[in-house]
Amino acid sequence: MLDVRNLEVSFATRRGNVAAVRGIDLHVDAGETLGIVGESGSGKSVTSYAVMRLLDPAATLSATRLNYGGIDLLRASERDMRDLRGREISMIFQNPRAALNPIRTVGQQISDVLRQHVRAGRSDARSKAIAAMEAVEIRDSAQRFRAYPFELSGGMCQRIVIALALACDPRLLIADEPTTGLDITTQKTVMDLIAKVIRQRNMGAVLITHDLGLAAEYCDRVMVMKDGRVVEQGVPDKLFQHPVDAYTRKLVDANPRAGTTVRELLPNESRSPMPCMKGASQDSLISVDRLGKIFATAGAPVHAVREVSFSISRGGSLGLVGESGSGKSTVSSIIARLADASSGTASFAGADLFDVPAHRFARDPRRARIQMVFQDATDSLNPRHTARQSLLEPIKRLSSSGAKEREARVRELADLVGLPHVLLSRFPHQLSGGQKARVGIARAIAVEPDLLILDEPTAALDVSIQAVILNLLVDLRARLSMTYLFVSHDLQVVRMLCDDVVVMKAGAVVEQGPVSEVLHTPAHDYTKSLIAAAPKPPARVESLGATRISSHA
Amino acid sequence: MSEPVATPASANAVQVDDTWLHHVSHVLRSNPVTLLAFVLFAGIVVIALFGPWIAPFDPMESNAARALEPPSLRHLFGTDNLGRDVFSRVIVATRLDLTISVAAVALSFVVGSILGSLAGYYGGWLDAALNRVLDMVMAFPLFVLAMGIVAALGNTVENIVYATAIINVPFYARLVRAEVNIRRDAGFVRAARLSGASDTAVLSLHIFPNALPPLMVQVSLNLGWAILNAAGLSFIGLGVRPPTPEWGIMVAEGANFIVSGEWWLAIFPGLSLMLAVFTFNLLGDGLRDIVDPRTRT
Amino acid sequence: MPGRLRTATLRVAQAVPVVIGVVVISFVLTRALPGDPAVYFAGPAADDASIAEIRSALGLDRTLPEQFLIYAGDLLRGDLGQSLSTGQPVAEDLARRLPASLELTGLALLLACGIAIPLGVLAATRPGSFADHACRVMVTAGVSLPTFFTGIVLVYVFYYLLGVAPSPLGRLDFAFIEPEQVTGFYLIDAAIAGDGETWMASAAQLVLPAVTLALFTLAPIARMTRGAMLAALGADFIRTARASGLRPKTVIYTYAFRNALLPVVTTLGMVFSFVLGANVLVEKVFAWPGIGSYAVEALVVSDYAAVQGFVLVMALLFVALNLAIDLLYTVIDPRVGFDGV
Repeated sequence: MLDVRNLEVSFATRRGNVAAVRGIDLHVDAGETLGIVGESGSGKSVTSYAVMRLLDPAATLSATRLNYGGIDLLRASERDMRDLRGREISMIFQNPRAALNPIRTVGQQISDVLRQHVRAGRSDARSKAIAAMEAVEIRDSAQRFRAYPFELSGGMCQRIVIALALACDPRLLIADEPTTGLDITTQKTVMDLIAKVIRQRNMGAVLITHDLGLAAEYCDRVMVMKDGRVVEQGVPDKLFQHPVDAYTRKLVDANPRAGTTVRELLPNESRSPMPCMKGASQDSLISVDRLGKIFATAGAPVHAVREVSFSISRGGSLGLVGESGSGKSTVSSIIARLADASSGTASFAGADLFDVPAHRFARDPRRARIQMVFQDATDSLNPRHTARQSLLEPIKRLSSSGAKEREARVRELADLVGLPHVLLSRFPHQLSGGQKARVGIARAIAVEPDLLILDEPTAALDVSIQAVILNLLVDLRARLSMTYLFVSHDLQVVRMLCDDVVVMKAGAVVEQGPVSEVLHTPAHDYTKSLIAAAPKPPARVESLGATRISSHA
Repeated sequence: MSEPVATPASANAVQVDDTWLHHVSHVLRSNPVTLLAFVLFAGIVVIALFGPWIAPFDPMESNAARALEPPSLRHLFGTDNLGRDVFSRVIVATRLDLTISVAAVALSFVVGSILGSLAGYYGGWLDAALNRVLDMVMAFPLFVLAMGIVAALGNTVENIVYATAIINVPFYARLVRAEVNIRRDAGFVRAARLSGASDTAVLSLHIFPNALPPLMVQVSLNLGWAILNAAGLSFIGLGVRPPTPEWGIMVAEGANFIVSGEWWLAIFPGLSLMLAVFTFNLLGDGLRDIVDPRTRT
Repeated sequence: MPGRLRTATLRVAQAVPVVIGVVVISFVLTRALPGDPAVYFAGPAADDASIAEIRSALGLDRTLPEQFLIYAGDLLRGDLGQSLSTGQPVAEDLARRLPASLELTGLALLLACGIAIPLGVLAATRPGSFADHACRVMVTAGVSLPTFFTGIVLVYVFYYLLGVAPSPLGRLDFAFIEPEQVTGFYLIDAAIAGDGETWMASAAQLVLPAVTLALFTLAPIARMTRGAMLAALGADFIRTARASGLRPKTVIYTYAFRNALLPVVTTLGMVFSFVLGANVLVEKVFAWPGIGSYAVEALVVSDYAAVQGFVLVMALLFVALNLAIDLLYTVIDPRVGFDGV
């Protein structure tokens, strides 16, 4: 149905032409779902826009063949393309809320498409739009017809986007990261819906994703892209179990899966032995008792956190897991003393932690002992400060050392986190995502804190970089004997890094205990649904010939 | 390491160090108009500083015998109804017009930045109170408010400066407030607090410097507007008084002769005024291109 | 939606403190008069007794709060004081001259919006085209033009050089009689009276000042429209619309333009501020008998009550316009009234 040969896309920038897609072939048949996986910058999204001819004017497109159902898309006029888009080929986008016109009702938006492709006239547009909404299992479609996107949840918006894309019965569906940004549980229902519709209508589909688990579960065939090229393709099971290409191997390994250690996320050749963890001592470093936080709003006050209690023993590591809105970040801010609690107590190293209010905690001697690594490394670095300036700040303010000692300390920190010294004089926008994450970690450990709070430190990173950073965190904890509070939405990551886990939902703790227990024998339904909904990335089967440098610690 | 690290370190470092300069030179090359704006700005500053030495005639010296002469080689911009050299008056007026606007903008910049920073950072009642006060100032058409202020405080040049400053304060306060507010809980600000930085340090070292680029754009655009405003006030007879050479007042005086065809009295000071405002606006647009991250790669 | 009605009511309620603020500021301006207002109002020939008499007549011997109450009370009765130069109550003077200003400003605004909004849309949808360049030149030149100077140049070219414009003296040439007052707007009144010649004559008088004012007003509107359009066209939902095969007209107007209109409507408040200010200058250039030139004449002879009355009326007018914009906004943006905004 879709047949592409030697597709190339490049963008004109002022530093010359930058190739985004460098000669790829792909074909999709009716009833077949093709997965395109790759990390950011691999050219997977550009490929789909090229097929739709929706590239921005700075892009140039070339191919030896670009056919859809016998139509040459390269030669088709803009008018012909318009007839194809939405009627023959449709797209689903990530960030569904932004993908819908904010000031037009969702029903009208679906009607617009129906009427454009003459699937409905003025009189029956409404009933046909409602039918399209019912087709994607939207309840109360007649009422939702009049809703604006801001009145709907993210998952519901994505259903509308899907309804919009499927309204005219297209034969090919391109889904570009359709579930990124949605919560895990929503993600699962949305993907199941898409898969079901594709099967029912015998459509061809392209699923673009960074998530190998999704690709393995929902695709018939998978292409792995890197730097604008296809490095490997095949049937998902075979491809992921026995990858031939080194990059595919690395990518498969880097996905946290059930039963792996953090070292196994790395390629074979860079696995070092696991550091020896000193067993956590019995006395608790921090314990929180019935923590509560209420935000005053224009309407009713919002209970962001209620009755949260846990404790972390010295040298231990606790994972705080929950979906967006669960209150996990609020808890971490309170413990980091960036915010005050509305109720509850906390003791740190045996003393009351809340005796100094958050806005005066900067001058408290305990400031240096509690530090934090932030979710978004880009946002957490002052854009006008070099990496060195960022590292110097806590050293200057929280320790008494001379200029020479400080510089020595900065270099030492750079070595600890594996940051080349030449990068110290760079500004954040001149560093890669992984490098920024390293600077953020180095700054947090600069004054050797006892408690390090990690707020989704790898959420914004590609998996291969996440693998490296997670390993770095494991090594640092052993080396500096720190205690971790690790906030994450990813159960597998928490499993690898933490001893204990606290599962939060809507501000309250639903379950807590040792990681192995909670993950294997979850007691609470919510924990069960979280585990069930998490994508299951495929595992590689070690071929016999491969050398294994390390064993499990 | 598995992620890309700058391996040929030295080569990379050189390229990185000059990206800022590279960027500025790119903007200037791709948009010669911005370059022109910088040149014009330099010219205006030079004229403002050395005007009295550049002017060929005494701007105040009248000569009834040579009244209302059209432009000639001797009098480039002609002479006015009292026989004064329009060219010299236009040149000498530069300093006064520029001084008024620079002083007014500087005042509103300082006051607006302080108020806006505090309101944006602390929020709460301080923010609410400032907003109410700004709302009241903004509830007046600004030029009309300036008229009222000058009329109430007294008809002097200083009061023109104060009036222009007062009507500009809301722009700076609002801009700074917004810029500070969006960064109040930014990761790097929270990180600075974790590093033991006090509120004052966070505000002055981390937040405010990041708000400066859009502020500088505002200053440049505002300078043009302040000149227009001051000239408008003197055009209707407020502030500067004859015979002091000032663009607005010269246009007002020349306006009486337009209907009888002596165009040069009003046109030349008007054109100078226009050129100055135009320069500041171009400069502001140019600065915007330079600081706007979207135009950077 | 009840939320929206609540928001609209809230907007109206919010205008009340602003009006109070305006009255307070205008009171402060009155009392900030340098020297003794009584001496000032009494005139140069007054002796001590008459100054004291005026002081008590003006209520200047009371405390400030008392003075404010008196001032506010006078305002409520529509009493803005007596004009020194015309000898009439300021409120009456202003009421008589207001239609002239409104006619000029309204026409200029219509002209400006009618040109600037399409131009901004064209510039945004066709970057690099002639419209884009025209828009850029217009925007930069427009904000750089001192209104009073533009007016003078137009007079020189169209009156003195070409002789196509009537002399820049007021609303109507002396040869014509004012149309019978219904609305106070000559164009409308002449049309009602069915007097074609008077209509043409007053239109001829109106063209140059309205164009002058519109030229100044064009720039901010065009700039804002272009920016808002560019932002809207870059949004994700435009990509969705294009990917669904909607035709460019639908994408640009139904999707992008309606979204872009929201920020444009918001900036109109600022534009009104500029227009009302520039209006004063234009009225002086064209000897337009509106409230702006009234204030300028009053300033020259230090007719204090007249100037303050003018400032207050302008502020109230501006508050009303802003309120209208806010209400318009609540009507066209469905998100208003949702989550307490």
